[in-house]
Amino acid sequence: MPNVMIRRKDDGGLLFYVAKKDMEETIASVETDTADAWGGEVELTDGSRWYIDPISPPPSFPTTLRFKRAEV
Amino acid sequence: MAAMTREETQALIQEVLEVYPEKAKKDRAKHLAVNDQSIEQSKKCITSNRKSQPGVMTIRGCAYAGSKGVVWGPIKDMIHISHGPVGCGQYSRAGRRNYYVGWTGVNTFGTMNFTSDFQEKDIVFGGDKKLAKIVDEIDQLFPLAKGISVQSECPIGLIGDDIESVSKKKAKEIEKPIIPVRCEGFRGVSQSLGHHIANDSIRDWVLHNRDGDTSFESTPYDVAIIGDYNIGGDAWSSRILLEEMGLRVVAQWSGDGTLSEMELTPKVKLNLIHCYRSMNYISRHMEEKYGIPWMEYNLFGPTKIAESLRAIAERFDDKIKEGAERVIEKYQAQYDAVIAKYRPRLEGKRVMLYVGGLRPRHIIGAYEDLGMEVVGTGYEFAHNDDYDRTIKEMGNATLLYDDVTGYEFEEFVKRVKPDLIGSGIKEKYIFQKMGVPFRQMHSWDYSGPYHGYDGFAIFARDMDMTINNPCWKSMQAPWLKSAADDAAAPVAASA
Ligand code: SF4
Repeated sequence: MPNVMIRRKDDGGLLFYVAKKDMEETIASVETDTADAWGGEVELTDGSRWYIDPISPPPSFPTTLRFKRAEV
Repeated sequence: MAAMTREETQALIQEVLEVYPEKAKKDRAKHLAVNDQSIEQSKKCITSNRKSQPGVMTIRGCAYAGSKGVVWGPIKDMIHISHGPVGCGQYSRAGRRNYYVGWTGVNTFGTMNFTSDFQEKDIVFGGDKKLAKIVDEIDQLFPLAKGISVQSECPIGLIGDDIESVSKKKAKEIEKPIIPVRCEGFRGVSQSLGHHIANDSIRDWVLHNRDGDTSFESTPYDVAIIGDYNIGGDAWSSRILLEEMGLRVVAQWSGDGTLSEMELTPKVKLNLIHCYRSMNYISRHMEEKYGIPWMEYNLFGPTKIAESLRAIAERFDDKIKEGAERVIEKYQAQYDAVIAKYRPRLEGKRVMLYVGGLRPRHIIGAYEDLGMEVVGTGYEFAHNDDYDRTIKEMGNATLLYDDVTGYEFEEFVKRVKPDLIGSGIKEKYIFQKMGVPFRQMHSWDYSGPYHGYDGFAIFARDMDMTINNPCWKSMQAPWLKSAADDAAAPVAASA
């Protein structure tokens, strides 16, 4: 369950940053991304998948959230 | 020598790896790569930020060096105690050439070495009492010091001293901040973790100090320069450009920096990050906590300067955008003259770099402005996000080497035969003795600044006087020289 910082890139996309690992990846897709909730399964451009219970209302970025590795 | 193809570069890597035993070979292979611009993620081609192999000669430093030497050291109005034995601080003293203004020993302390000078009895009985005493002495001898940081050397963590409680207690007594930093040298694989630890200690002990204080009058044009260590005056030659375009530089981290500048940084509108590797942590923290956006920039060479100034101006209104154009135009005659003078002397020269965490990619543009080509680059302590940023800057099929060993670097140089190497003091004399022109690119070889337009002029001059120095033609004793030798010697070819 790493702490992940989500922030906006200059082009509007979201970055997924794990400080402990110095890992910075772009988020490819988010399962739930609506006006009243954000979360679920999150897929990164490197193919790895992470999970967070959908948060509502959607958080404002940048923010730090705790993610789980999604089950395969 | 013509540019190498992808296969040739790959073959070179294989050949160099050949001497290692099986296990070391497997490990080192992951750290050497042929650049491929089509790769988006560097982790597909290169591994970084891993422990160095025992038995190879690495060029890395330790976490203490990252915290004391890089991040905290240049905060000039604080006293940084090298807590532990005397050597760590003394042998690295003033080596980074972070320039600052002030009266050393009175209100600034940058080039001085403060240490608790641990002896056997401190290791056996603990050094907390000694630390408390040092704080009192400092307070008495240097009343103008604004604060103290305790930079742990290896033994502190090993013997389990409680520097936090001493710091808290003494800070109350002397009514100045005392910041304990747990940057023992054994932590992490390189100085990189020291940067991170130092950033975290700034976050925990400094940054929020003035959160409730609204007395500071901010403007919409406030920025902070972060990750510019003012090597040879770098931050100054950067700062004037930003100020000329209409921005107000509130803080310089940490070259020529002060404690109060750090405390005021949460009040700026934009953080400008030069060295991403060492200061991204604190910038991310400020973005999250205070909503201050940050961006990376690069002030090496006119192409990158113009790009960066425009990108910075994009974040502000038209006044600043005009300012950026005005600055670029104002200096154009100056940098055009530099290029006109030096480019003919340097055109086509090939460079290999091996530096710390930022320059292996940031300086490329400056070399290209002079018509030179960077054919190999590598970092001592980069992470994958640094290589992500490097791949695009480097040409295809050039060499990338992470945490290169002394042996590998020498072999690469023998084969690639660059006209210039830019690396550190430990590599300098080896390569000079091999007859290859060399610049010390950590401390600018006692020169600088290299940032900004003023710095570019110095950079170009330095590269010229190194590469075209007549000494490279005199590498062989005259009585050993035959007429044919002149052409055959690798040195003569590059000089
Ligand atoms: S590794 Fe330890 S002993 Fe060596 S310089 Fe760093 S802090 Fe000092």
